[in-house]
Amino acid sequence: MEMSFEESLTELEGIADKLEKGQLSLDESLLLFQNGIKLVRECNTKLKNTRQNVEKLILENGDIKSEPFDAQE
Amino acid sequence: MGLETKGIYTVHEFTLAVKSTLTTGQFNDVWIRGEISNYTNHSSGHRYFTIKDKNSQLSCIMFKWHGKNLRFEPEHGMNVLVLGDIDVYEQRGIYQVKVRDMRPDGIGELYKAYEQLKNKLAMEGLFSPDHKKPLPGFPTKIGVATSPTGAVFHDILTVLKRRYPVNILFIPTVVQGESAAKSIVNSIEALNRTDVDVIILGRGGGSIEDLWAFNEEIVARAIFYSRIPIISAVGHETDYTICDFVADVRAPTPSAAAEIAVPEKQELANQINRLRDRLIENEKRYLSDRQSRIYELESGVDPRLLLERVTQYVQYIDELAQKQSSSFGRLLEVKQALLDAHTGKLDAVSPLGTLSRGYSIALKMPKKMPVRSIADIEISDEISIIINNGKIRCVVNDKEECKWK
Repeated sequence: MEMSFEESLTELEGIADKLEKGQLSLDESLLLFQNGIKLVRECNTKLKNTRQNVEKLILENGDIKSEPFDAQE
Repeated sequence: MGLETKGIYTVHEFTLAVKSTLTTGQFNDVWIRGEISNYTNHSSGHRYFTIKDKNSQLSCIMFKWHGKNLRFEPEHGMNVLVLGDIDVYEQRGIYQVKVRDMRPDGIGELYKAYEQLKNKLAMEGLFSPDHKKPLPGFPTKIGVATSPTGAVFHDILTVLKRRYPVNILFIPTVVQGESAAKSIVNSIEALNRTDVDVIILGRGGGSIEDLWAFNEEIVARAIFYSRIPIISAVGHETDYTICDFVADVRAPTPSAAAEIAVPEKQELANQINRLRDRLIENEKRYLSDRQSRIYELESGVDPRLLLERVTQYVQYIDELAQKQSSSFGRLLEVKQALLDAHTGKLDAVSPLGTLSRGYSIALKMPKKMPVRSIADIEISDEISIIINNGKIRCVVNDKEECKWK
C-alpha cells in the first residue's frame, strides 16, 4: 500500500535520525540510505503533484452528492 | 331599545364573543417590544410573565412547547421582542399574548444572552480542552462551510492554493439571518458524512446581530458533536463567538483558518531537502569513518612496522643479557673476596699452622687422642708426636706436672 505523505515524511525523519546515531553495519547503513533517498524522491513528487480540486457538496432529500465547483464563478 | 331586542349575554357568552372578535382580527402573529417583569418559569414548563413599557403592561404566557426553542433564558428586567397571538383567558376574563418566540431586544440584551449561553455551555464542559480534537498535520480533503457569496470562500481558496493545494469540499451555507443557525448545523452534519479530515467554518466580519447564528446553542452543540475537527473563523480578530469557544481551533480570520489547516508547501520542500542533506551528510561521514578505520588497521599490519618491532625486541633482549652478565660478574668478585677472607681465618686456627711455627702435637696411642693435660698420660703410655715434617713414636718414661703460666 502506498504511504501517505505524512507517513513518508515521518519515516524519512526516522531514517535520518538512525543514520545520525550510527551504530549500524555497513549493509544496514547503505540500505537505510537508499530507502531514505527513495523517500525523499517520493515526498518531493507528492508535493509537486498536489493540486487544488474544489467540489461542491449538495444535500438532496437527505442524500449528499458532490459536483465539481468552478472556483472562478 | 329594550333588553329584549338587545338580548342578554351570560358572562361566558360575552367572554367568548370578545375572544372571537379579538382572535380573528389583526392581533395575531405580531411582534411586541417590552420589558419583562413578574417572570415565572412554572414547574409545568410553561412561562408566565408580563411585558411592559412606561405606560402599559401586557400579560404573556409561553407554553412549554414553544419555550423549548428559546435561544436564551429570559430574566426579569430584560428588554425583549415577543412574537405571539392575542388570546383571552376565559376563566379570568383577561386578554393575554400567547408567545411563540422571544428575542433579546438590543445589543445589550444580545450580549446578555451571549454571556448566558457561554456560561451554560462552559459549565457543561463544551469548551474544555479535553474535548478538542487535534488537527491533521497533512489534510487531504478540507471541508469548507461558508457563504457562497462574499470574499470568505475566495480568500480561503487563495490561501490554500498558495500554501498547499488540497482537495476542497465546499458546502454553501447560510451564515446570517433567520435560517443561518439551522443551515450551519446542516452543513456540519453533512460534512461529517463525508471523507473530509478537517472543517473550516467561516464567516466575514459583521455586527453582533450579523454573527448571531454563531452564538446559537444548536450550532455550538453541532460543533461539539462533530466527529471531524473544526476550525472556526468567524468575523474579525476581535470578534469572539460561542463557536470559537467550542471549535477545536479558533482562527482570527478565514484566511488564518486556511493557514492553520495546511502546512506550507515551500516549507515542507525545504524540510525534505534538509532531511536529504542530513542523509547524505551522515552517510558520507559514516563511510569516511569506516575508510579511516581501514587505513588505521592496514597500517597496523605493515611488514616494515613488524620488522622494526622485532629489531626493537632484539635490542631489548641484548640489553637484558648485558645487564644480567655484568651483575653476575660483580657477584662473583664479592664471593671470591669473601672466600679469601675465610681461608685466611681458617689458616690461622689450623693445627698445621702451629706445626709450621715449630710446635708439635702429642697424640695418645692407639686412639690418637690429642694430649691436652698431664693427666691424660700415664708412664709407659705410647704416644705419637707429630712435627712439621714427620711423626715420632715414643714411650713415656716420666711425667711431671708443671705450671707454665
